Amino acid sequence: MSQSFDSTAIHQAILEQQKADGRKKMLLNAVLVLLLVAAPFVLYPVFLMKILCFALFAVAFNLLFGFTGLLSFGHAAFLATGGYTTGYLLTNLSWLSTELGIMAGTGVATLLGLAFALLSIRRQGIYFAMVTLALAQLVFFFFVQSEFTGGEDGMHGIPRGHLLGMIDLSNNFNMYYFVLAVFLGCYLLVQRIVSSPYGQVLKSIKQNEPRAVSLGYNVNRYKVLAFVISAALAGLAGSMKSVVFQLASLNDAHWHMSGEVILMTLVGGMGTLLGPVVGATFVVNVEYHLSQGALRDWVDPILGGIFILVVLAFRSGFVGELQKFFKKNLG
Amino acid sequence: MTMMKKLLTSAVASAMMATGAQAAISNDTVKIGYLADMSGTYRDLAGPNGLKAMEMAIADFGGEVNGAKIEVVSADDRNSADVASSTVRRWVENENVDLVAGLVASSVSIAVSDILEENDRLGIVSGSAASSITNEHCTPNHIHYVYDTYPLANGTASAVVKEGGKTWFILTADYAFGHALEGDVTRVVEANGGEIIGTLRHPFPTPDFSSFILQAQASGADVVALANAGADTTNAINTASEFGLTQSGQTLAALLLFLNDVKALGVEAAQGIQLTTGWYWDMNDETRAWSDRFMEETGARPTMIHAGVYSSTMQYLKAVEATGSDDAQTVRKQMMNTPINDMFTKNGVIREDGRMVHDMYLAEVKTPAESKNEWDLYKILRTIPAEEAYRPLSESKCPLVNK
Repeated sequence: MSQSFDSTAIHQAILEQQKADGRKKMLLNAVLVLLLVAAPFVLYPVFLMKILCFALFAVAFNLLFGFTGLLSFGHAAFLATGGYTTGYLLTNLSWLSTELGIMAGTGVATLLGLAFALLSIRRQGIYFAMVTLALAQLVFFFFVQSEFTGGEDGMHGIPRGHLLGMIDLSNNFNMYYFVLAVFLGCYLLVQRIVSSPYGQVLKSIKQNEPRAVSLGYNVNRYKVLAFVISAALAGLAGSMKSVVFQLASLNDAHWHMSGEVILMTLVGGMGTLLGPVVGATFVVNVEYHLSQGALRDWVDPILGGIFILVVLAFRSGFVGELQKFFKKNLG
Repeated sequence: MTMMKKLLTSAVASAMMATGAQAAISNDTVKIGYLADMSGTYRDLAGPNGLKAMEMAIADFGGEVNGAKIEVVSADDRNSADVASSTVRRWVENENVDLVAGLVASSVSIAVSDILEENDRLGIVSGSAASSITNEHCTPNHIHYVYDTYPLANGTASAVVKEGGKTWFILTADYAFGHALEGDVTRVVEANGGEIIGTLRHPFPTPDFSSFILQAQASGADVVALANAGADTTNAINTASEFGLTQSGQTLAALLLFLNDVKALGVEAAQGIQLTTGWYWDMNDETRAWSDRFMEETGARPTMIHAGVYSSTMQYLKAVEATGSDDAQTVRKQMMNTPINDMFTKNGVIREDGRMVHDMYLAEVKTPAESKNEWDLYKILRTIPAEEAYRPLSESKCPLVNK
């Protein structure tokens, strides 16, 4: 009797604790959103949009890598497919409004993601990574060869157009708030996915796949779905990026880009929600500021050094280490 | 009294006109942004030494124009159109940059010229090879200064055919750039009475050229042409040299090869290759004098792009001085109206499509016996007159050209 009373009390206490944590998180998120809303008044909007696009790309990648444990080395293919598709459609169909162009780009990237997933999911670990890399290289060569991408020259002069036929996106502020809204929407979606029962299954697959199988889950279907969602969000990031910069280039399809998103996720903290956002912000800033300064010859070695340092000393990245620190000292 | 009044008003008026001319230079500063690959593949071609060349030009000009100071900012484009585009947008929208110079990768140059057109600023492309920059991608806001693929293909191919290289085998990098170059070469060779007996496409990039070079050798063609660039070209040349392609009597023609590539290959591997260049440091006393100064600053001999950056910066500053303005269209017009005569070129002219046309040179890489020092690399075989070298305006797809 007394035992059951105790467990209810403990249960109660845990619930209270969770509520308090939730409130803290809400507060933190609200502050971050306010900062993002105010940012273009202080910082250069195009640069902020670049960070947001890469942050979305990293969030998409992290859903697959950080939460499901699948290391895809071919995510650049989705970024580029989204970008080129949107760019091509918006350039050639003048009646198409911008959001439809972006949706189409995302759609094509999603289909490509499904094709990648069905093939690559049959293998695990390094073989999975190599299959995704090989497929992404196929896509890269397709873009190199195709007439419509402009090859090495890239695709230029993509019109920003109007949102819903009304809001003029050639204004940097309008464009910024549109990108921000899409980014926040996707971030919330990923948050929702991760904390849903489906997300719990993904985490269990990451921790112990045979066990998830023995519990009766059809692991492959979960993996395919995670892959497709991740590809769709990466494609969306690429589509928005092509509209923001009004260009799409081969850099997006190159395997360097697939490597860069891994770097962003690891530096920020894989398997945390905020980690990839922090990582993308960090990497884009380091690249930008170093390339302007006296250390511009050293951008790649410096990024490489940071990568080694993070992997060796701070395995859970900026955000992961901070979380650990707070848990240890305050929790 | 009226006389006094008249004098006074005219004095005031002229003073106002003078200040008016001053004020036409925005913020009393001419701000130049140098954007190039500072750390990647094209570093030696333009890179930090190009910035040095630009600073030399500004110093030689006196560091100021009509009392307005000249400021330089620079950035690494990392060969990425994204990075270039966000950098240049910030430069023109927030930092009042008047001129963007350097510009190497073609994707970067095209992206930047679009932004410059949108904001009506000026760009001078010195590093890019793509002839589309002043053809389908021409804008009233940029100038393509040093060279492009048209004279490279044209110059090398027609000269080699005229010297007896009748049958050709082309090795092409399998993407848009290589295809375009292959098309140009084919056209020129056939127009001059030569014959293409084989073409072979290799993936981009290719580290191992053995099988391709063997096929080229087996074809028995007089000339093996390389329609590729950068590391592909140097890899192909190294392999060709190992297989003794030129020693066995075939001519190797590289369509896109720069001084720094030849320096890296060495005369042993590169000897006998024919190529077209826009400038060479060891052509005459004027070029040698400038190159000696450049070498003191940087420790290397200048490529044609370094010389072009110097020359184009001078031409720009002279135009700003003459017009008293840094408005893009005013300055561009003045630059077009003044023929260029300096160590880089004689009677170079900027056309309405933005193409600077000047004499090009057919060069051959020296043999180890001929080469006296590590930078003694080319002998100039002949001069290709400007009007022969560049794409005629009648073939231009640029909407700025009145036909």
